[in-house]
Amino acid sequence: MGEHVIKLPDVGEGVAEAELVEWLVAEGANVREDDVLASVMTDKATVEIPSPVEGKVLWLGPQIGEIVAVGSPIIRLEVDGDGNVKPGEDLAPEPAAEAAPAPASVPAAAEPEKAPAKTPAKTNGAAPAKTLPQAQSIASSASLAGAPRAEGERPTASPAVRKRALDAGVDLRRVHGTGPAGRITHQDLDAYFDGAGGAPARGLAPNTSVTDVPVIGLRRKIAEKMSVAKSRIPHITYVDDVDVTALEDLRKELNATKTDTQAKLTILPFLMRAMVKAIGEQPHLNAIFDDEAGVVHQYGGCHIGIAAQTPNGLMVPVVRHAEARDIWGCAEEVARLSEAARTGAAARDELSGSTITITSLGALGGIVTTPVINHPEVAIIGVNKMQVLPKWDGTEFRPRKIMNLSSSFDHRVVDGWDAAVFVQRIKALLETPAMIFID
Amino acid sequence: MTNHACKLLVIGAGPGGYVAAIRAGQLGVDTIIVEAEAPGGTCLNVGCIPSKAFIHAADEFEKAAHFAEGSAIGISAGAPSIDLAKTVAWKDGIVSRLTGGVAMLLKKNKVRHIKGWASFRDGKTVAVKTDGGEETIQAENIVIATGSVPVELPFLPFSDDVISSTGALELTATPKNLAVVGAGYIGLELGIAYAKMGASVAIVEALDRILPLYDRELTRPVEKRLKALGVKTYLGARAQGKAGGGLEIETADGAKETIAADKILVTVGRAPATEGWGLEELSLDMAGKFIRIDNKCRTSMRGVYAIGDVTGEPMLAHRAMAQGEMVAEIIAGHARQWDKVAIPAVCFTDPEIVSAGLSPEEAKAAGYDIVTQSFPFSANGRAMTMEKEDGFVRIVALKDNHLVLGVQAVGGGVAELSAAFALALEMGATLEDVAGTIHAHPTQSEAFQEAALRTLGHALHI
Repeated sequence: MGEHVIKLPDVGEGVAEAELVEWLVAEGANVREDDVLASVMTDKATVEIPSPVEGKVLWLGPQIGEIVAVGSPIIRLEVDGDGNVKPGEDLAPEPAAEAAPAPASVPAAAEPEKAPAKTPAKTNGAAPAKTLPQAQSIASSASLAGAPRAEGERPTASPAVRKRALDAGVDLRRVHGTGPAGRITHQDLDAYFDGAGGAPARGLAPNTSVTDVPVIGLRRKIAEKMSVAKSRIPHITYVDDVDVTALEDLRKELNATKTDTQAKLTILPFLMRAMVKAIGEQPHLNAIFDDEAGVVHQYGGCHIGIAAQTPNGLMVPVVRHAEARDIWGCAEEVARLSEAARTGAAARDELSGSTITITSLGALGGIVTTPVINHPEVAIIGVNKMQVLPKWDGTEFRPRKIMNLSSSFDHRVVDGWDAAVFVQRIKALLETPAMIFID
Repeated sequence: MTNHACKLLVIGAGPGGYVAAIRAGQLGVDTIIVEAEAPGGTCLNVGCIPSKAFIHAADEFEKAAHFAEGSAIGISAGAPSIDLAKTVAWKDGIVSRLTGGVAMLLKKNKVRHIKGWASFRDGKTVAVKTDGGEETIQAENIVIATGSVPVELPFLPFSDDVISSTGALELTATPKNLAVVGAGYIGLELGIAYAKMGASVAIVEALDRILPLYDRELTRPVEKRLKALGVKTYLGARAQGKAGGGLEIETADGAKETIAADKILVTVGRAPATEGWGLEELSLDMAGKFIRIDNKCRTSMRGVYAIGDVTGEPMLAHRAMAQGEMVAEIIAGHARQWDKVAIPAVCFTDPEIVSAGLSPEEAKAAGYDIVTQSFPFSANGRAMTMEKEDGFVRIVALKDNHLVLGVQAVGGGVAELSAAFALALEMGATLEDVAGTIHAHPTQSEAFQEAALRTLGHALHI
């Protein structure tokens, strides 16, 4: 019998660390070659770690939510033969992981079998190898704390807790004690009052419960990105309305006459093509601002990120080279990418590399939004809900289809004037859609 | 005839009664307390406090006598003498300071104090015979706190020569020969004190051991000390009566023997004071000789409560005080019930004994799976420096979760450790809690921590 240590493989270019988001095996489980052991998440994607060998899981290293450095040991397996470590060998991370399995792009959302993660320990790449004895001691003290009270045994609690329970008319035998030897603490009593046991059944009762939801995985990535975007970029947001009556007529016509192989057109492909045209006149809005180097990288290609809501949260798949795709091509790519993002199957490079972003809440779009720029880009175009409104045409009110665009710009490198010109250009193109197609 | 009305009437101003009255006063309850003697009851007047004064005087005298023979620590002195009349006067001074203090506290908390003898007319009415005639009190609630009295043996009625513990605290000369009947804690405390003051003491006990309420391990250091003090013990022996300037006994093997005694101290227990105050008017449910109470100190009659020695064992002042405080709060409308984990018991013998919670035998008898270890004072630095190496601290805990069930100790000055023991029990401490608390060095209390460590398998100093 030998021991095989699996270290966190290199999960993508330039990725030094990844967050463990899920264990798919438990300690003691038998695994076969290629069985998926864990999911880790990088800035870009969720990656599954398969087992390179057959064996029995001896040890799971990091906690869910922990950031693990590439090359750190994450699992130890008991295997036939010699394994890949000598007994007693230090499990310190090594720079290169041998037999690194190829990363696979997979759904992130299989139901976790394990207990909810504890508060993630931020290790920032420190080797978690030394946590084994600690984990054992925690387990043994937990079993000490959990010893249940026998039937009829008097509850263990301090005099102050007993007095509080008496004052509140609570029989302490009904309160679960979490302290050593099942001792009932003030916190246990709080929990009892907060829970179903304490609240009187009549009338309205205040709910003072607090549920701790660990911010891990995609949610943590979103939180980090939003913080960076909002703390580093001074946003200027510009809103104007667009009369899309003509565009809607055209769209309806095109959808009615499209072939079966063509994707259904939404307003997005038209907007993307209008942006490509506007960017041709203002290329500095299709850019990445490296503010540390003090350089704005203007891109020739329009890589348009489409912010999409997925079951796990916000994701931004990217339509590459929108300037090289026609209306139908854009529609097809948007449909394909949204589906991939929604099912968690989007590849890493499909979720990165945008140079400008569109955000839309669709039917919930509201009148105005203040979009947050997809850092380190410099512009984001927000689509609000389309509605039929009366418009004065000089002689009478007419029902027109009106949609607002709410767009934010990085005010450090985009002046308000430029922002307004950009939005006005898109507005003009969308209001007279034929112009989109004329070079 | 004067008539009074109040929300709470307390009968008896011992430690239970006066605490109930003070607490009720604090809570704004209109309260009257009736007491025939000085406030403070047995405890302050003829019990805990004066006996401790006596024991202290005896200890000091014995120390001086010890120095007169020269000593290992290098002190020598002339032969001491004791003026017992002066000792008693000093003791009386302490008693009057304390009883005066209680009277002042009652007044401060607006408790009306009536000096006289109370007896029930019915469950709401009490008549009090005072120096100025009879007064009646109508009360919504009545607390019976009449206490206990020393048990008298029919063949040894109390007289000038046959004395109770009360009499033993009034002697103005040390008896030459003192016979003590009953080797409970009162007889032993006073017997040892008189032995130290120079009396030749013999103790007669019907059971086969001294201090039958404590286990053998705890009493062994006391037995050793009795021998060193020259106290003779007659175990399994029965007192028969006075005979020719002494006490006639029947020894364990049935032989008759006369013990020389110019005073015979009878300490065969205390009985609840249930007579002379109209208990028969109430027909309360009884539990043996005691008044039966529930966990709120309620008797079988609505509005009538009972606390202290009259309600049963253990007859300890601090139990009565806790009951008194609780009853006052219940009468003031608070939700309270008796939920104490431990009532520590202290025995001021030499060496002292403390017990809080369950002993190993009691815990086993109750069906608990336990771990227990003790730590000897012979391995404790502070004990060595005080020449008090006898004894140990012992801790009893549940085997599975290490919850502390009991702590006992025997040794010089261990009475003061009782607070730590009781606190650990009330707080639901585990062995790890006691072991994880820093105990000051050098103190005897380190033995408590070490006993916990030893039970966990890693004592440091043994």
